[in-house]
Amino acid sequence: MGCREVVKIENLNFSWDNSVLSLEDVFLTIHDCEMVCIVGPNGGGKTTLLYLMLGLIKPNSGTVKILNEFPDKARRRIGYMPQYLKLDLQFPVNVMDVVLMGRLRHGFWGRYSRADREIAERVLDEMSIAELARRPFAELSGGQRQRVLIARALACEPEILLLDEPTANIDPGFQEQFYEKLRELRKRMSVVIVSHDIGFVSSEIDTVVCVNRHVAVHKSSEMTPEAISDIYGHRIKMIDHQHDLTPQHLKQHHKLHHIGERDD
Amino acid sequence: MIDFFSSLNSPALSFLKYAFLIGIFGSVSFGIIGTYIVTKRIASIAGAVSHCILAGIGAAIFFRQQFGLAWLHPIYGSVVAALLSAIIIGLVSMYTKQREDTVIGAIWAVGMATGLLFLAGTTGYVDIDAYLFGNILLVSRDDFIMTLVLNLIVIVPSLLFFNNFMAVCFDEQFAELRGLRTKLTYMSLLCMVALTVVLMVSVIGIILVLALLTLPAAVAGHFTKRLWPMMVLSAILCAIFTTGGLTMSYHANLPSAPLIAALAGAAYLMTIIVFAVIRRIKQRSNNLKTVSK
Repeated sequence: MGCREVVKIENLNFSWDNSVLSLEDVFLTIHDCEMVCIVGPNGGGKTTLLYLMLGLIKPNSGTVKILNEFPDKARRRIGYMPQYLKLDLQFPVNVMDVVLMGRLRHGFWGRYSRADREIAERVLDEMSIAELARRPFAELSGGQRQRVLIARALACEPEILLLDEPTANIDPGFQEQFYEKLRELRKRMSVVIVSHDIGFVSSEIDTVVCVNRHVAVHKSSEMTPEAISDIYGHRIKMIDHQHDLTPQHLKQHHKLHHIGERDD
Repeated sequence: MIDFFSSLNSPALSFLKYAFLIGIFGSVSFGIIGTYIVTKRIASIAGAVSHCILAGIGAAIFFRQQFGLAWLHPIYGSVVAALLSAIIIGLVSMYTKQREDTVIGAIWAVGMATGLLFLAGTTGYVDIDAYLFGNILLVSRDDFIMTLVLNLIVIVPSLLFFNNFMAVCFDEQFAELRGLRTKLTYMSLLCMVALTVVLMVSVIGIILVLALLTLPAAVAGHFTKRLWPMMVLSAILCAIFTTGGLTMSYHANLPSAPLIAALAGAAYLMTIIVFAVIRRIKQRSNNLKTVSK
């Protein structure tokens, strides 16, 4: 394939406390022509992997390269959307203030130019929240906040878009629109999504990266119930979602897959 | 009232004029930095820093007496002690695994103890109360000039780097990822907190200063949900509280610092109550609407 390598992780080991390895013997290559979803159980190392890619933490051994550079050099080329629950929601900022943070400069000096404001307005428009620009961040719904944070990541004009749990609070009405948006964005930049929600592994995703101390890469077409239960290490119920259904039809259209027998 | 204004110009009461000027000019820094203290939730750091100032004052008076250093004004000691304690707290919270609140408590108490020991070692009478609770009778032109200088050192960077400070306070991780030197920014903020605390020590003292740092911003936070209007509003409120307290103290012949702090506290309490009542009324009218439907 004529695709550029955006993430290249080789031989990586990481431990938070120098005793138990959180990530072991990781090899991972992500190309810019694929849309990647990182899945795995809570505590399995998804966020750790994300922080390593952002250069917020350093591996105990092995290397991480982003766009052929070390992460702390390349991080300005990444648009990162954190989970909003980590933010202090009482902090007095409005939506525009938050999105403009995507335009922060290198170093210590910080004024926003006219161009910065235009970009901020454009990404707000792109996430269809232009009318919220003057609203306090604290007064938004969970889904609206999530969209603001995606807009902020886009305001960085990134080459890689890194979204941590983007569907966690998206309102159902926006979900379809969000997939649509992703289809559009992936033409401009590579998109990496972190999700604990396997349901997200939808038709949009080309590659699924499964993280549970070890990392395994699957083409999403290869994802079978057996493969998923291998990763999660226990038997799970899986619900096959089909979108654009009205609530009354939802029940009938949900297919319930039981993987093996339940333990109890 | 006319009597009051004429005394502002009377040379015998020049301390009153300077106390007012310090209150009004200092309010600009207090509004800006107080807003950061309230929104970033670092009131306890500001408290520790302000109490450490006593160590600086004590050391300055002690060394001035012991070594005959006539130039060593207590305010120099205050500035050094405040900056030092802010830097120590900042470094501890960034680089060590100590519990931050324990360290803050330790610095708070030990700073004060150091000051008291230095003052105990000084021969002759030292009016500790003047430093603890402020004494406008001692306010001079020098204090006013010092206030102006410190004011500039605080205001200029907070205007120039406003966006950076806001980003670091709101989402430090994201700011770091955008290439901002977040540790340097946060440390500068703590140093600006330290200088702001020193700024009005002569008027309100080191113990009651916390009221004037947090309460105006806390009141302002009820009226606006954006950072810079909150700063403007808390600066105005801070100026109202200091001038109001000083005026009341002149008329009632009561100490000014407690009056200023009490005034700020009363305003805060009133704001909370009024907003709670408004919320209750709104809720009730909403309930009525749903019932009538």
